[in-house]
Amino acid sequence: MTVYILCFVLFLVGLYGVITRRNLIKIAIALSIMEFSIFLMLVLIGYIDGGLAPIVDPDLAGQIYVDPLPQAMVLTAIVIGLATTSMLMAIAIRLYRKYKTFDIREIKNLRG
Amino acid sequence: MDTLIPLFVAIPLISAFLIVILGKLVKGFHRFFAPLILLALLVMAVIEFSSLGKSSIHYTLGGWSTEGGYPVGIYMVLDGFSVLMLCIINLIGFIALFYSLSYIRKYTAESNYYALFCLIIAGMNGVVLSGDLFNLFVFLEVSVISSYALVAFGVGKTELEASFKYQVLGGLASMLILLAIGLIYWKTKTLNIADVRNVLDAGYSKPYYIFIQVLLISGFGLKAAIIPFHAWLPDAHSSAPSPISAMLSGVLIKAVGIYVLIRLFFNMFVFTHEIAVVFTTLGAISMVIGAFLAFMQWDVKRLLAYSSISQIGYVVMAFGMSMILLVRGDNYTAAALAIAGGVYHMVNHAVFKGLLFLNAGALEYRLDTRDLKKMGGLSSAMPVTSSTSFMASMSISGIPPFNGFFSKLIIIIAAINGKFYLLATLAVVISFITLAYFLKFQRYAFFNKPLQKSIEKIREVPFSMSFSMVVLAILCLALSLLAFPSINDAILRPAIHVLMQSDIYSTTIMGL
Repeated sequence: MTVYILCFVLFLVGLYGVITRRNLIKIAIALSIMEFSIFLMLVLIGYIDGGLAPIVDPDLAGQIYVDPLPQAMVLTAIVIGLATTSMLMAIAIRLYRKYKTFDIREIKNLRG
Repeated sequence: MDTLIPLFVAIPLISAFLIVILGKLVKGFHRFFAPLILLALLVMAVIEFSSLGKSSIHYTLGGWSTEGGYPVGIYMVLDGFSVLMLCIINLIGFIALFYSLSYIRKYTAESNYYALFCLIIAGMNGVVLSGDLFNLFVFLEVSVISSYALVAFGVGKTELEASFKYQVLGGLASMLILLAIGLIYWKTKTLNIADVRNVLDAGYSKPYYIFIQVLLISGFGLKAAIIPFHAWLPDAHSSAPSPISAMLSGVLIKAVGIYVLIRLFFNMFVFTHEIAVVFTTLGAISMVIGAFLAFMQWDVKRLLAYSSISQIGYVVMAFGMSMILLVRGDNYTAAALAIAGGVYHMVNHAVFKGLLFLNAGALEYRLDTRDLKKMGGLSSAMPVTSSTSFMASMSISGIPPFNGFFSKLIIIIAAINGKFYLLATLAVVISFITLAYFLKFQRYAFFNKPLQKSIEKIREVPFSMSFSMVVLAILCLALSLLAFPSINDAILRPAIHVLMQSDIYSTTIMGL
């Protein structure tokens, strides 16, 4: 149970960062932290104490294997996370070129 | 025709890469290839629509179907509701793309635009067809990541800022959705939507699933811009190039927001009264507040974006009412009527909001401004834009021969039948407010005295733009035929059937 609570704490750390940070890059980092806390939780869902990697060996009858599906899901989700992070970084760099700053308090053309 | 199903995702996905590669070698390749692809998809969607009827078919990827009664493969499901969404997505997609042929010439890197456009279509088709929670998430990310890029396509200050805001909130929403999917897998040990339903039917712990449902409502609510989660929408939708605004407002928020919410809550979860009330309240709140916020705007596209929030509120409210009625289980005719109104209004909103954003794009194309105070007297200079936008405005505010009137009427009648008198009154009042702010748009853009001296030089927009607008305007009139019971039966009934008989989705797929 402790590991899940730690995952949740990591999630909250990320959320705190997204809400309070003023720097575009730090917001992106905080989003990544949130993302990885969820990936950790997904992997933990499939984990079984004493389980082996899920390559079924007919010689070892009665052996416990971990659930491979969450692992496959996390791999896919990491790739998606890479795409979103690089997209976010590309936009942040373009914003820096326009405004010469990463501070969100100075980037506010849109409101209302 | 189940072999056609994967092509809806495969064709646009492959053509996106072809456009990027061949677009560099062959000059102007993307300009005829992309509209052709979208036209082919539209024809396929219409063929599926006409052959499907009330039945539902599914395709299993790689032939992996069930193993000992459990589905192990990836399912793609086509039933009455998803085929209707497919038709809307590909129709609006084709028209917006045809419009872009002239509009997008002022930007550089045209071929990237067309490639991203194909990707967004592939993602949305995938979301609508997927019968599996995790694939739904993957396709959702495909479509939203390409929409982040398309919002920032102008690379001006406002575009980049809007895209950043959209990405941070969209990323947050994706994480909530992924968390909810993980939690569902934890308890049910399956990701197939139909199989999850069967597991839940056997009994479940209520507080755990209420938590998941709240996560899903906030996640997809952020994607659909229901009101407490709406902050990104006016910025993103008004900064994007106009055909993309038409796609985002007309289709994307429905396909990845409303459609998924409705599919999961009607066909996967078992109804609970609390969630139904939450749905109805959120819908009513966004309907009211969206309309008031729209009223105050002077930027054409921001006005239209806020009006999207308000109209999506109508749809969510209609589905919420039908959920409440279905939980009570005493008034099935009113529930069916509310679902009919919701589905009908969703189709209509795609058409008229798409048209209005194309009109706003035409104004921006000729005047280089989106400020209503700087326009005026354009009705003689741009007759096509003026008349089509008049039809769309009348349609969205619910003036009789147009389609918006009938769908709002059905929702209001359903509300009165179900004894939701307050909601019915609100829907009528908001309809008047909608009329007020669209009259403001009409007056300042087209009928006031001309403010600009150079008004004589302004001409009508090029053929591809005016043609797309005329097609959508004709559709605005033609869709009002759906109010006739016989036509309504043929077109909307399959979708209503799937949602009313909420078990039918899981039983037909699992072959029970």
